[in-house]
Amino acid sequence: MKKILIVDDEPNIVMSLEYIFSKENFEVFIARDGAEAIEIAELNMPDIILLDIMMPNVDGYQVLKFLKESHKLNDIKVIFLSAKNKVSDIELGLQLGADKYITKPFSTKKIVKEVQDLLK
Amino acid sequence: MSNFLVISVILVYLAVIFYVAYWAEKNAKSKWVNNPYVYTLSLAVYCTAWTYYGSVGLAATSGLKFLTIYLGPIIIIPTWIILMRKIIRISKGNKISSLADFISLRYGNDRFLGALVTVVCVLAIVPYISLQLKAISETYNVITNHTVISSSIIYDTTFYIAILLAIFAAFFGTQHTDATERHKGIITAVALESIIKLVFFLVIGIYVTFYLFNGPSDIYNQASLLPGFEEQQTINGIEGGFNWFFLSLLSMTAIMLLPRQFQVTVVENEREKYLKKVTWLFPLYLLLFNIFVIFIAWGGNVIFHNKQVDADLFTLMLPLNNGNEILALVVFLGGFSAAISMVVISTLALSTMLSNNLIIPYGFLKKYSKSESEENTGSIKKIRRVAIFSLIVLAYFFYRSFTLDRSLVSIGLISFVLIAQLAPAFFGGLIWRRGSSKGAIYGIIIGFFITVYTLVIPFSIDSQLITSSFVNEGILGLNFLKPYELFGLQLFEPVPHAFFWSLFFNIIVYAIYSVSVVGNYRERNFAEMFVDSTKYAALHEDAYVWKGEAYVKDLRKVLTRFLGENRTERALNLFYMKYNIDKNTQLADARLVNFSEKLLTGSIGSASSRILISSVVKEEEISLPEVLNILDETQKAKESNKELKERDKQKDEFLDTVAHELKTPITSIKALSEILLENDDVDNTTKNKFLSSILTESERISRLINNILDLEKLATGKEKLDLKLNFIESTIDKSINSVAQLALNKGIKINSVGNKNEEVLYDEDRIQQVLINLLSNAIKFSQENNGVVSVYTYVNQNKIEVSVEDNGGGIENDELISIFNKFYQSKNQTILKPVGSGLGLAISKQIIETHNGKIWAENIKPHGARLTFMLPLNIN
Repeated sequence: MKKILIVDDEPNIVMSLEYIFSKENFEVFIARDGAEAIEIAELNMPDIILLDIMMPNVDGYQVLKFLKESHKLNDIKVIFLSAKNKVSDIELGLQLGADKYITKPFSTKKIVKEVQDLLK
Repeated sequence: MSNFLVISVILVYLAVIFYVAYWAEKNAKSKWVNNPYVYTLSLAVYCTAWTYYGSVGLAATSGLKFLTIYLGPIIIIPTWIILMRKIIRISKGNKISSLADFISLRYGNDRFLGALVTVVCVLAIVPYISLQLKAISETYNVITNHTVISSSIIYDTTFYIAILLAIFAAFFGTQHTDATERHKGIITAVALESIIKLVFFLVIGIYVTFYLFNGPSDIYNQASLLPGFEEQQTINGIEGGFNWFFLSLLSMTAIMLLPRQFQVTVVENEREKYLKKVTWLFPLYLLLFNIFVIFIAWGGNVIFHNKQVDADLFTLMLPLNNGNEILALVVFLGGFSAAISMVVISTLALSTMLSNNLIIPYGFLKKYSKSESEENTGSIKKIRRVAIFSLIVLAYFFYRSFTLDRSLVSIGLISFVLIAQLAPAFFGGLIWRRGSSKGAIYGIIIGFFITVYTLVIPFSIDSQLITSSFVNEGILGLNFLKPYELFGLQLFEPVPHAFFWSLFFNIIVYAIYSVSVVGNYRERNFAEMFVDSTKYAALHEDAYVWKGEAYVKDLRKVLTRFLGENRTERALNLFYMKYNIDKNTQLADARLVNFSEKLLTGSIGSASSRILISSVVKEEEISLPEVLNILDETQKAKESNKELKERDKQKDEFLDTVAHELKTPITSIKALSEILLENDDVDNTTKNKFLSSILTESERISRLINNILDLEKLATGKEKLDLKLNFIESTIDKSINSVAQLALNKGIKINSVGNKNEEVLYDEDRIQQVLINLLSNAIKFSQENNGVVSVYTYVNQNKIEVSVEDNGGGIENDELISIFNKFYQSKNQTILKPVGSGLGLAISKQIIETHNGKIWAENIKPHGARLTFMLPLNIN
């Protein structure tokens, strides 16, 4: 069973993602800010992380940076999930090393497909 | 020493200087050429042969007075960081290539004024150049043991040296037609010569002080035994003090206004920041140069006591007298290098003035407006070359016929006084808007004639060594017209005396004419640009007011005549790009007219450029107030443009945040409804949970939208306050009631205390909105179960203050102000997003400020936060 970590400070967005990935037979972990995300990632070694960018305290960019600099965690796939949809935002996200960048609002079907593609 | 040897040394030396200039011209981009040290050293062209020999001569006969020539510059140079920067900026911005151009442009491209300045400069400087040639010739004769000066030019080495210098100046000085282009070759050579002359002078100083004598105190002891020593070395009471003061003032103007100094300091300046180095390095250079002057002078006085030796030649005679010929040759070369730097830079500066401010505007404009570009640039260069040769030849003949018997210092000082006549027009023009061209012209003329009367004529008479009734009794026997004691003023020596009176009348005439005659609009326009240079520099071509009709085609034709097709095309393209103008525009505007004028100014001077441009454009007269109005408006438009841009940026950021805030609930709604739509097997509990979340998120969106609209209405003043007299107590109670349920849910107690039975003028709905917002925030951040929220009211004669306190965790100190920003979410919040739009406090702040009140946050002890708003009782 693949493990997915969902990181977002919006409870209702988390709730929807948790539902669809549980239904696809993922083991779902949830973090509600960047610091928690890093903690859970180190503990549970997820295969993929859905990462919001704008969060209080530690934001998505910082989380990604931490992951890429860590020997243990730098293989984890990361998808940025953000309402920031300017071309420059997307380019920046991919430059920092995210595998995908999905803008909010997203389609649930598409997000499942992107995750599965990445994990193939 | 043999003629042959000395001439060979001179030729080798000149070859080196030529090569350095040639190399620098080829490697104009090299950092050996472009650095503040070369720039600073080039300013040392101030130290001429006069410094090298004349200072010693003056020190030997009149003690420390020679120092005034260097004291002025040392005092004024530290102010250059502001003053000279301003002059350089103006000059670069307007493509000014000489002092004459600077003054002429400031007074509305006045052609006559430019020509007048040129004539004054030529009359002042040509004798000064002769002085250098004289120094070369005399020292040459001393070192080669010639006692008689040859009567024929053919046998005079100085003549050939003068011709070589003319070739040097003409070759390296006219590489470009645009006189504002920098002359890297000449400047680098001059910088090198500045090192040479300083080092060689220090060498002879050390030689005299420590080799011929046993150090400074030994020289002093021996010199002090000579008769008259005491009087020489003191300032001499109040009279001497005045003389010192005015001589220093004189040299202060000279360091800025001598054509060669303007050339090296302003025209040749590559970067403004070089000035920083100058402010300490150049005074240091001058100090070093003067350290040994007095010792050489004293030494000379001691050794040559009772012998007929010209004090001007002490520097050279001291080593010769001691049989040290090599050292004498070194001294000769140092003086030679000081002389030729001055000759080259002075003729270069004067030739630019002569061509751009006298010859072209008065003689060649008609021809130029008809012929092709190659012909024109060729002709401009030819004029400058001819000018350089004529100046040097003229100076040579002047030296042959007049200056043979005079001391170096006296002629130099006459030059200074003549040049100082430009000071009122120059400095006045920089600080005084009303200064007018008529005032400048008449001031310079009167100052010039007074100098001639009080200094030049009596000096020439004196030099013939005849006692004259003119000098002793004045004209027609009128004693108050005695040239050295005009109006009975006996306080001064001749030079400060002439300086005082000429400047006195010059300034008075300049001021009176400027105040009583209203200048034309053009003059006033440039006056604004020069006086308030920083303000107008930012406007570039917009700083120039012009009304009329002009066609791009015509302007282009004129430009092409001087710049050629390519340069014109390039310049115009840049201009179009800068102002975002369509390339095919037919009509030219004020900016293009001004831009074209500037482009030509570098090549033919500002007056000619103005005449040529106005020959192809139809200009309307504008009144003076109109000029000032337009300038003012352009300035304001520029500023408001900046504000608009700033506001646009803030608006963009705000819209970005709004979009983000709206997308978040929409994301939840979309995802949850997709799940419900596509999955039939969702169990009822989940379905209900999802549906109620969708509802909450929808409410969040509408609340957000309402808040944004609310804020917008308040901020733009679209919604007026409904001001009535209300009891603050009742408003507080109503607000507490609205949040009572919320508080109860969290088990939080709300207290209301303080003096509050007061009728105050405010919009009750709005103040209630603020109170509810503050209360719900307080409830949100209070401790659960133990929470206490208190409302305090405080009234005095002028204001009412209401504060809401909680006993929660308080606010981070660096957030006390930013919590009032739109969409600011406190870092200290629990991880779960609070229900709120992020606009509550921003709206509250807006409401209170619309009431002319204030709102602020602070922390209280032991823990908790207090938010207070203040309303003035007198709301207007």
